[in-house]
Amino acid sequence: MMCGIYIHIPFCKRKCIYCDFYSVCGGDKLYSDFVSALNRSIENRADKRIKVDTVYFGGGTPTVLQSSQLASILNAVKNSFEVSSGAEITVEANPCTVTKESLSELLNSGFNRISFGIQSAIDDELSALSRLHTFKQAKEAVLNADRAGFKNISADIMIGIINQTRESLIHSIEKITSLPVGHISAYMLKVEENTPLDDMIKRNSGILKSIADEDEMADRYLLMCRLLEEKGFFQYEISNFAKPDLESRHNLKYWRCGEYLGFGPHAHSYFDNKRYFEDCDVLSFIECKGKSKITYTDTDVDKAEEYIMLSLRLAEGLDTDRLASLDKKGRYRNIISNAIEINRLSDKKLINISQNGKHLSLSKRGFLVSNTVITRLLNQ
Amino acid sequence: MKKEQIRNFCIIAHIDHGKSTLADRILELTSSVELRDMEEQLLDNMDIERERGITIKARAVRLNYKAKNGETYVFNLIDTPGHVDFNYEVSRSLAACEGAILVVDASQGIEAQTLANTYLAIEHDLEVLPVVNKIDLPSADPQSACEEIENVIGIPALDAPRISAKMGTNIEEVLERVITDIPSPKGDDNAPLKALIFDSYYDQYKGVIIFVRVKEGTLKVGETIKMFATGAEFQTVEIGYMGATSLVPSGELKSGEVGYIAASIKDIGDTRVGDTVTSVEHSCSEPLEGYKKVNPMVYSGIYPTDGAKYPDLRDALEKLRLNDASLSFEPETSIALGFGFRCGFLGLLHMEIIAERLEREYNLDLITTAPSVIYKVTMTNGDVIYIDNPTNYPNPALVASAEEPVVSSNILTPSEFVGNIMELCQDRRGTFKDMKYLDETRVELHYELPLNEIVYDFFDALKSRTRGYASFDYEMKGYQVSKLVKLDILLNGEVVDALSFIVHTDKAYARGRRICEKLKETIPRQLFEVPIQAAIGGKIIARETVKAMRKDVLAKCYGGDITRKKKLLEKQKEGKKKMRQLGSVEVPQEAFMSVLKLDE
Repeated sequence: MMCGIYIHIPFCKRKCIYCDFYSVCGGDKLYSDFVSALNRSIENRADKRIKVDTVYFGGGTPTVLQSSQLASILNAVKNSFEVSSGAEITVEANPCTVTKESLSELLNSGFNRISFGIQSAIDDELSALSRLHTFKQAKEAVLNADRAGFKNISADIMIGIINQTRESLIHSIEKITSLPVGHISAYMLKVEENTPLDDMIKRNSGILKSIADEDEMADRYLLMCRLLEEKGFFQYEISNFAKPDLESRHNLKYWRCGEYLGFGPHAHSYFDNKRYFEDCDVLSFIECKGKSKITYTDTDVDKAEEYIMLSLRLAEGLDTDRLASLDKKGRYRNIISNAIEINRLSDKKLINISQNGKHLSLSKRGFLVSNTVITRLLNQ
Repeated sequence: MKKEQIRNFCIIAHIDHGKSTLADRILELTSSVELRDMEEQLLDNMDIERERGITIKARAVRLNYKAKNGETYVFNLIDTPGHVDFNYEVSRSLAACEGAILVVDASQGIEAQTLANTYLAIEHDLEVLPVVNKIDLPSADPQSACEEIENVIGIPALDAPRISAKMGTNIEEVLERVITDIPSPKGDDNAPLKALIFDSYYDQYKGVIIFVRVKEGTLKVGETIKMFATGAEFQTVEIGYMGATSLVPSGELKSGEVGYIAASIKDIGDTRVGDTVTSVEHSCSEPLEGYKKVNPMVYSGIYPTDGAKYPDLRDALEKLRLNDASLSFEPETSIALGFGFRCGFLGLLHMEIIAERLEREYNLDLITTAPSVIYKVTMTNGDVIYIDNPTNYPNPALVASAEEPVVSSNILTPSEFVGNIMELCQDRRGTFKDMKYLDETRVELHYELPLNEIVYDFFDALKSRTRGYASFDYEMKGYQVSKLVKLDILLNGEVVDALSFIVHTDKAYARGRRICEKLKETIPRQLFEVPIQAAIGGKIIARETVKAMRKDVLAKCYGGDITRKKKLLEKQKEGKKKMRQLGSVEVPQEAFMSVLKLDE
């Protein structure tokens, strides 16, 4: 299998209240030093034997950097690895941080997929999330990207935003899917510890009342799945929907246990059966000039366990033959042989079993309780 | 030691009225303990006792006091348990004394427990020396406290020492009054040996140490002694008295003295509190009065959360029983909970303390089932059986009649709460006996109550209805015929034996409904819907449903960071471990106890 490259750009103009990913605000003065350090770290790892078919710039907000800076990073990648000609090269963008010009520059420098964090078509909801953009700006950005020539545009939609209603969600879905996008990522708002949202709720638990509860969240999710499919977006993963052939190949790598190398502070890698990440903040990353500290999270990955855990996030699900070949210790025979537990889950319509019994996948209702189902499967 | 210079006495007080503080001050004043050696509140030496501010086991200490008249006196201060569960132990401690100091809080007056123990002391012909404590409090009213003692108990109290144990005020006056007011012990050193066992504990080197009060005769090292009730015989290895911090061997104990015996006794069951120790060679013909075998009043199943810990639980219970002869346990099996023990306790507090000690001192995670009293069931064929585990309740068709234990209870309360208390007692199937005003503001109520109505949450209910002002005391009265049924709880259609209980017919519906509601609150949503039902025989009388879980956390797997996902699954797995798997249903441990707290 080919390798993916992930580039983490840990800068934002403003931090969203629910976000707990690593990024810093107001780091403008650091950008150029950061890009040099990042390029250095990529070049340090150079290995032309590594064949790459996806590159993904995530963040933070990659587009806070100049298009030329992003282009130089992409060049470093291309110079260091064997990037195939048809590679999928994605950049995440905030609608406020792109212009007609910058979009053209990105396309010209090799980016062919762009993902916008739109979240909602209702401005009140956007400001409740402390997003910087309005829906009008988001729409502009998507149209500009389309005009610039991007054929693969993705948009995020969020379920469970403060004060969101079922009607406002339907409205957002209608509005966003009527734009020239071919891919939708849909996430539920989750209150992560130590985020501003978490603090707000601790100070005023009344806010929780304006966030959908468990049942409402589940209903909205199912409603959204239905609406998106009606509009031709097929669910290929718990949170991802795409028009035919526009699935994110990079993200699929994660779920299909493919290899990827990550660069930048806190970027994660899975390579050569080891999982690790760059354990540093922006400043020390810049200081160490591309030789940052690496922390292993798993040096001997249990492939069978990961396969169950990751593949069941996908609509295509789990292939029992592949599981059998990975399950050296025979711990998951019950899953492979569709034993009682699997049948119970299937009776309750949480799991679909293919006719020959060799493919297991979560149903839409099953996706909603995937952690519980997967824990049961892993620990039976 | 001349008997005229011995004083044997105990202290009676309500919780928080200052018994332990007074004991500490007495210890200080008699210089028995160097100040720096003193841990706070020396007599309560179990952690739980200190935390809860109650005494569970009796303790005793011998002190020397140099009085104002120049003579030195020996004081044997015997501490008494402060809770109704240990009433019998209290009575045996009292029987070892000639007098009692009654401590009353100058701001709160007499409480039910004090009253019950004072009556007990008077019954045992003890001289009662009232003391009014906490005079340093701004709200103190020593004059009314004294009047209350005179009016309610009927002993002279106007000249009672007014003290502050906390500040150390007037403690000497109390000690002088002990000498003048409490009689010295009597007895004939040459008569056949008669010694009363009032406490015992297990020492891993010396075996069981018995605390005794010698009533008649002389106890000597090397002599063979016999326990009257059990007939067991032992050769004494060590005899002495209880110093403030350690045992002090003395070789012998004469009549009137209080001390200990070590005789390589292995089984604490051989040394029952209240029993008489005599000499095999010079045996008395009759034991001392008042011995009775204490029987558990409340039973409950104790199970290890982790089934593999069953042997650990057994070891821990055996160790606890070395020190606590009133704890009984038998192995039992529950379909829901696996292997565990049915344990008998003197009361609810005793049960809580044992469970707490098992968890704390032996590091066990336990599930304790709802406490049950012992029901007496007469079968249609004439057999009489006693049921301490609801699961074993016989088929109603085979029951001719059923009886339940009742207690006679005594509640002291500020008069404004009388209405609330009557309502509560009514609701708990109580029978009103009488009521009297102790003064304009305080009332004493007598009710007969079925024991099974108070083993659950009566104390809490009483407290919440009287803002904590009422106090409560009870004693077993006997059995009364009752209309009883067994109520079963079903989860997902299957009876959970550990949740069954016996209840009066009239209360079955309400109780069943409440338990279903309570379980619904406690059992988290799971992948499948969980019906909760209450049933009598085959008939469902209440139902609730825990809806199926709709959604768990959808972790964003951003930038290929799957550690988040792994952490979530790990968390999920940890949560699962804390659950008890009953068939297909995961039940948290709290569920088994939450059915006890229905009054919330």
